[in-house]
Amino acid sequence: MELISFLILFPLVIAVLLLFVKADWPRNVIVGMSAAVIAVASIALSVRYIGAPWIGFEFSSEVADYIGTTIGVVIAATVIGFGVKYKNYFAVVLAAIQVVGSLVFEFGFAHSVHVPVGLYIDSLSIVMALIIGVIGSGICVYALGYMMDFQKHLDDHGEEEGLTELQRRDRRPTFFALMFVFLSAMYVIVFSNNMTWMFTGWEVTTVCSFLLIAYTRTEEAIRNAFRQIIMNIAGGIGFLVALFLAVILANTLSFERFVLIGLEHPEIVSVAVCALAFAGLTKSAQMPFHTWLLGAMVAPTPTSALLHSSTMVKAGVFLLIKLAPLFMVCTVPASMVVLVGGFTFMLCSFMAISQSNAKRVLAYSTIANLGLIVACAGVGSPEAIWAATLLVIFHAAAKSLLFLCVGTAEHHIGSRDIEDMDLLFDRMPRLARFMMLGIMCMFIAPFGMLIAKWATLVSFVEAGQLILILLLAFGSGATFMFWAKWLGKLSGIAGSPENVELTVHPSEWISLVIMACIAVVACIALPIVSNAFVEPYIVSVFGVLGRDVTIDNLWISSILAVFVFVVLFGGVRSSKKKRVSAYLSGVSVDDATRTYRNSLSGESVATSRNLYLDSYFGEDKMRPIGEALCGAIIVVALLASGLVVPPIL
Amino acid sequence: MGYASKSPWVIHYDASSCNGCDIEVLAALCPGYDVERFGIINTGNPKHADIFLVTGSVNERNISVVKQIYDQMVEPKVVVACGICACTGGIFHDCYNVIGGVDKAIPVDVYAPGCAVRPEAIIDAVVQAIGILDEKSKALQAAKKGA
Amino acid sequence: MLFVTENFIFTLIGTVAFAILAPVVGCLLAGLDRIISARMQGRVGPPLLQPYYDVRKLIAKDDVTVSGVDGVYMTCALVFTAFAGGIFFSGGNLLMSAFVITMAALFFIMAAYSSRSPFAELGAGREAVQVMSYEPMVLLMAVCFFMAAGSFNVGETFWLKLPVICYTIPAFIGFLFILTIKLRKSPFDLSTSHHAHQELVRGTTTEMSGKTLAKVEVMHWCETVLFLGWTGMFFIWGNPVSIVLAIVAALAAWFFEIWIDNNFARVKWQAMLKWAWIVALVCGGINIVLLAFI
Repeated sequence: MELISFLILFPLVIAVLLLFVKADWPRNVIVGMSAAVIAVASIALSVRYIGAPWIGFEFSSEVADYIGTTIGVVIAATVIGFGVKYKNYFAVVLAAIQVVGSLVFEFGFAHSVHVPVGLYIDSLSIVMALIIGVIGSGICVYALGYMMDFQKHLDDHGEEEGLTELQRRDRRPTFFALMFVFLSAMYVIVFSNNMTWMFTGWEVTTVCSFLLIAYTRTEEAIRNAFRQIIMNIAGGIGFLVALFLAVILANTLSFERFVLIGLEHPEIVSVAVCALAFAGLTKSAQMPFHTWLLGAMVAPTPTSALLHSSTMVKAGVFLLIKLAPLFMVCTVPASMVVLVGGFTFMLCSFMAISQSNAKRVLAYSTIANLGLIVACAGVGSPEAIWAATLLVIFHAAAKSLLFLCVGTAEHHIGSRDIEDMDLLFDRMPRLARFMMLGIMCMFIAPFGMLIAKWATLVSFVEAGQLILILLLAFGSGATFMFWAKWLGKLSGIAGSPENVELTVHPSEWISLVIMACIAVVACIALPIVSNAFVEPYIVSVFGVLGRDVTIDNLWISSILAVFVFVVLFGGVRSSKKKRVSAYLSGVSVDDATRTYRNSLSGESVATSRNLYLDSYFGEDKMRPIGEALCGAIIVVALLASGLVVPPIL
Repeated sequence: MGYASKSPWVIHYDASSCNGCDIEVLAALCPGYDVERFGIINTGNPKHADIFLVTGSVNERNISVVKQIYDQMVEPKVVVACGICACTGGIFHDCYNVIGGVDKAIPVDVYAPGCAVRPEAIIDAVVQAIGILDEKSKALQAAKKGA
Repeated sequence: MLFVTENFIFTLIGTVAFAILAPVVGCLLAGLDRIISARMQGRVGPPLLQPYYDVRKLIAKDDVTVSGVDGVYMTCALVFTAFAGGIFFSGGNLLMSAFVITMAALFFIMAAYSSRSPFAELGAGREAVQVMSYEPMVLLMAVCFFMAAGSFNVGETFWLKLPVICYTIPAFIGFLFILTIKLRKSPFDLSTSHHAHQELVRGTTTEMSGKTLAKVEVMHWCETVLFLGWTGMFFIWGNPVSIVLAIVAALAAWFFEIWIDNNFARVKWQAMLKWAWIVALVCGGINIVLLAFI
């Protein structure tokens, strides 16, 4: 209880402190220290409660409720302010609807319902706390060095690039404050049993990410930020509707009670579950809402990492996983979630093939993986939830590592295009290894991600989700393609190392190493991770253990993973073998640059680009299909469940 | 017999001949004679080849190509000059751009004269080349052990 | 439960056994393949042990490299192939075997990419497309196997009343289709071919020589054995005679692949991708629906 309150409040205090720190070194110290404190506290929490079943904490406070309401109003005011300033009236209207709705709710309905157990902890929230506390705060540390480079670039080149004074301003105090507020809000979401508090946390993450995406204040950033806020406020309104329905129909605001009532009387909660699932889908950027996550790529890399891997999007799937038992009994929302997740997984994997911008590839792969988690949650069986939880863990670890790698590479090779990462192994040997590690963790055999995917497949088969099996099979094929070609670009060593990674900030190295260690340890200790963190949750929720991958196979993958790590960090290096030039049909001129003599006795450079299969998997082909399909599924599901309301009332 | 002699993979390069010898060489490699019986494969890739069959003389334009293909072949390797042009420059020896036989560019192990080179001569030369390949292979093994 | 069971030990023993035996069997199969191909073309063909002679020669060649790392990647590919085989032939999990062999394919692709030779890179790209083409069908085949046998464990087949093939004929046809891609046989030998007379020189293996190329050859041998094992698995049931039947069926499928290899010209990758996915969707989809509702 004390630890939980500490985790929620401490980042807030730090955020306020950071708002007033203008100089670099005190900020470095504060961020570094507090990140360490948060990480240690999260680990302490997990050690204290490891393997715990659902434990509730009696805590309710009128003050907290009012604070929540106030925060809601402040958020709405912020959004409305920005909306008016940048003339985006749609956002203004949505924010107004939301604030009116939440005030009506707070003063008209919420006070009649008392939630004695306001906070709780269970194994899933421990997992989330670890992800937020260790990976999230690791990203904050990384941001120190990254933002220094970022600001330096703005100061040095901003004027040439035609940025206005406003766009060049050093806004780092706000930036770091927002990062920490974000962490705090995430803790609120994962520890609150009181659904209104959860909602407050939910809205805070929305608005924080809005401000973080708009960080640079360029036209593109503003546009994408508004796209994000519109989609997520729509989701927030869905959440609010669910709150109304929970009070009116089930007369409770305790999440635990809500689930229990739902299990007994599915027809009562069905609509509310649908609305909550809708909120979850928008937050986890499922099609047709995936564009906000792609737009978020304009933000500085730590933002993308924080939004994508560890926090914001995970809040969406976290909610869906919590709802999983209800999906077993409520067919309409379950079908919606399953289908949207499945189609998102397949189509976004397809679209990732056609991308050469590394951050966009990561974004699409994130959306695709979230789709898989969402689909698992929708299936709702113990086996599926086992898979979903593992996916959450491994995705968070591998994806944040990848984002940070791409961010560092971008600052040092001047591009985030995969085609420019040729020979990264030479130029940034350590970074390339981390990047390769991250990529391998994302999709290939012995690593946790694939094991989770495997469990997903089995759980789909067992649940008889035939469409999902097909979607997963084809999506996985595409996944291989886009990762393999990226990995291939990195894999070469030419032998003339001109190392450009010496200038990488130590703070970036620290967090990269932490991320890499988490990924490695999680993969090697896969059976232990499953045993200590995932299985207790499954048992506590479903009463039985569902795990489709036997412990033997977990250990086999663990051994294979060790082998790959040893090779990657020990074996892959320039060997002492004799070097020869590459074959260019006997007419090469310069081997290092792959130049050859052409038929006019001139010189040509042999270049090859990866296959992008644009004509099949281009965004322009896939996006309309996905948006239409998933949009239709959601609309039909919402209508179908909406029809149920009047009879109940 | 060493291992090299049982799987001699060849690569063929036409420097600047009248194409007579090329046709003879390729005809000898065609399925009708089934040289795969002896493990011979026409690889078309210097990195995989053991025996380099060159036809035609070396000129200013292709000398670097001949050298490069030879350099890219992995030891042990053997060069067979097929046809009189490849051996000495033949009837083109005093052309303005001709440098001479293949041995002006790279070390040649077996010379197979003829205009055009006869199939018997090619076969005979390749058999000799296989013998040399074996010797070189043994020498390489000995050097590796010694080293 | 955190502790391994005896299956884990079986897998390790199986891996070692596979690493020793599969190259022998695969080498003989490869030699036979070349003789049969030669006979189909009206030739006599090389000796049965020709693939062995080739590999011995390649090992004896000098050690040179373009990238310096391709040998390491190929070693990984070889090790993962051995594991995939070990998992399968010790009666382990089919899906795990399929995933691990994909890992081997990935390392092969990385080895090709690492040279940064235009020919090899193009070959590697095409190899990745090949993997993408066959992967859905492999997964669907495994799912059909699971639905028919009630488990992903290959060992379970020995307790079945009827062989899996009785329920999975569409999936088996689909599997035979992608087997051609997996064995890199014409018309799907896009990434590399037997001989280097093509626009890609030799595609993926263009820059590999000596020991590294030898590893590629050995990997192909092991892969052939593993994939024929997958084929035979469809014909096993709780009768010892079925092992003979499985071997015969696997060899028949293999002969069929050689026949296709010798009779079809290569297609473009677009056609391969399209057809492989259509076949996967139709064969796999129909089979899954049938198994789910019957």
